[in-house]
Amino acid sequence: MARKELAATGAMKELMATYFRDLGEAAEKHTAPVAWCTSVGPAELLRALGFRVYFPENHGALLGATRRANAYLPRTHALGYSPDICSYLCSDIGAYLAGETPLDRFGLERVPRADVLVFNTNQCGEVRDWFEFYGREWDVPVVGLVSPRSVGEVSPRIVDDVAGQLEDLVPALEAVAGTALDAGRLERTVGLSRECTDLWREVLETAAHRPAPMSFFDGCIQMGPAVVLRGTGEACVYYRTLLAELEERNGAGVAAVEGERFRLYWDGMPIWGKLRDLSNLFARFHTSVVASTYCNSWIFEALDPADPFRSMARASVELFIARAEGPKECVIEAMAARYGVDGILFHDARTCPHNSNTRYGMPGRLRRRLGIPVLTIDGDLNDLRCYSEEQSRTSIEGFIEQLAEG
Amino acid sequence: MSGEKRERGAVFGGIDSGSWTTKAVLIDGERTVLGSAVVRSGADLAAAAEKAYAAALAAAGLAPESVAAAWATGFGRDNIPFAAGSRTELDCHARGVHHYVSGAVTVVDIGGQDAKVIKLDEAGRRVSHRMNRKCAAGTGSFIDEMALRLDVAIGELSALAAGFEEEVELGSFCTVFSGTELLAAIRRGKRPADLARAAYKSIVKRVMEMDVMEDRVVATGGVVAHHPMVVSLMEEALGKPVTVPPHPQEMGAFGAALAARGASPGKGS
Repeated sequence: MARKELAATGAMKELMATYFRDLGEAAEKHTAPVAWCTSVGPAELLRALGFRVYFPENHGALLGATRRANAYLPRTHALGYSPDICSYLCSDIGAYLAGETPLDRFGLERVPRADVLVFNTNQCGEVRDWFEFYGREWDVPVVGLVSPRSVGEVSPRIVDDVAGQLEDLVPALEAVAGTALDAGRLERTVGLSRECTDLWREVLETAAHRPAPMSFFDGCIQMGPAVVLRGTGEACVYYRTLLAELEERNGAGVAAVEGERFRLYWDGMPIWGKLRDLSNLFARFHTSVVASTYCNSWIFEALDPADPFRSMARASVELFIARAEGPKECVIEAMAARYGVDGILFHDARTCPHNSNTRYGMPGRLRRRLGIPVLTIDGDLNDLRCYSEEQSRTSIEGFIEQLAEG
Repeated sequence: MSGEKRERGAVFGGIDSGSWTTKAVLIDGERTVLGSAVVRSGADLAAAAEKAYAAALAAAGLAPESVAAAWATGFGRDNIPFAAGSRTELDCHARGVHHYVSGAVTVVDIGGQDAKVIKLDEAGRRVSHRMNRKCAAGTGSFIDEMALRLDVAIGELSALAAGFEEEVELGSFCTVFSGTELLAAIRRGKRPADLARAAYKSIVKRVMEMDVMEDRVVATGGVVAHHPMVVSLMEEALGKPVTVPPHPQEMGAFGAALAARGASPGKGS
């Protein structure tokens, strides 16, 4: 049994294809400067400077989703990068070393070469090491934000610090872009990002409806434009289309998972190479994964075109992954209530400790506090050697049996 | 019970298709075990299930027609063509244990290739479960590996360990690393009996860290059935008794038979 596919997906695929083709052309024909950027920004600043923006984490996810990651990991490990570090990083660099990319389906022979790489450490420090590999490889600048992690209260001092770092990036980026930052263009870009983020939130919130018109597995696919095209009008146009379809589903009571019986929250990274299998497994048991930490990570409610630098900084600091255990638990608690979930599934991703909220006792604390069952499964975002198909199937099936017992 | 003629509907079967062994159990309407069998799973799970089921029927002196329904569990639960239904081994071990032990319990099931800790509330409902990571440490495979390194038949390891004189520590993180540690200890002149006990302690350490062992602790699984030292070391580590219910290795199959009985409208005679 499979979940019901969304009709809008065709338009999304075309939008993504256009984005990648445009990027490839910019890199090959030098029609525009190319910047690599971490998925959580600062993309708005780069777009406002005229860069075509490429997100290597998206490439990592593509490698995982196409099940090509494991073929490339050994090349990077052999260079001295540990198998215990980010498998996005290792599969991406491995694919580069092999001279291959899943972007070949969009006509790109290689990943678009960067003129500058811009990192943000709010999610992890490994993105910096990842970007510095390419910086050395191509002898191009690597700049970024050292945004704090494990943030408790988002204080003005922290926001000011990151805002200052963002402003400090501007001269270096202007030098690469060959143009001065236009304040009006930045405001418009931040405004479009905010609009995209608001629409993406509305899209995800349609799943609060019973039955949910979309699931976490749809979200993992549909989030593409929110990651790589926020700050553009095209992303907003797409999400309006998607939102209309989802609202229509809700109006007609159409479920993503036929006969929805149980509703779950997914915390942690997707297991990209197992999205379809897991989606089918849950659907077989009439269980819909209606909400997730991951898909919500591209909602940046702080963005404000009237105060671009400080609002971008606040968005960076407020990000779920950058927060301490306490604020994270509050977010999950609120989500569990909002979406009416029957249980929470935590994915402990072996190579992504920062996005695995299982390592300091949180599942047990939330189980006791919320009074709903929780389950932890071991796996990884890309390295499928860390995932046991059989064990996970039994664990998930057993968990759903437990929910059925009441 | 052997040779007794029964009406169809009076008997329920359970098959636990495990990674190493396949277990079959037959029960009557009163949940009494009539017969059971354990065979190696091998590569043909359906054939192993047939063999175990036939052996259990023979042990009970029953014809296949006596059985109202047989349900399956274990990692091969979807590969048993004659099973009328299936439940996970998490469910079946919980059911089986709750039949024998009342009240809130922590079930520790140690099988050939996985270990589970299942918590049940007062009513026998599952509260949570944990399974071992993708690693053989803390499972029966670990014991096999250690027996191989000590050049001892697997069935003799527990008796060997009972003759220990000195406490030796082995790691519990990885089967391969623990094997290397064991070889180093042999080189240092450590006695096989002490190393056998150390291997068991390693398993227990690994299992104890999977979850908090609250309430009454009940141990099941093939490792528990065939390696009593694991239970005594668990008791030592916990400082409290560990209950081993009847037929611990067949507990999953017993639970599957209970599930079959539970799904039957008449629930037997």
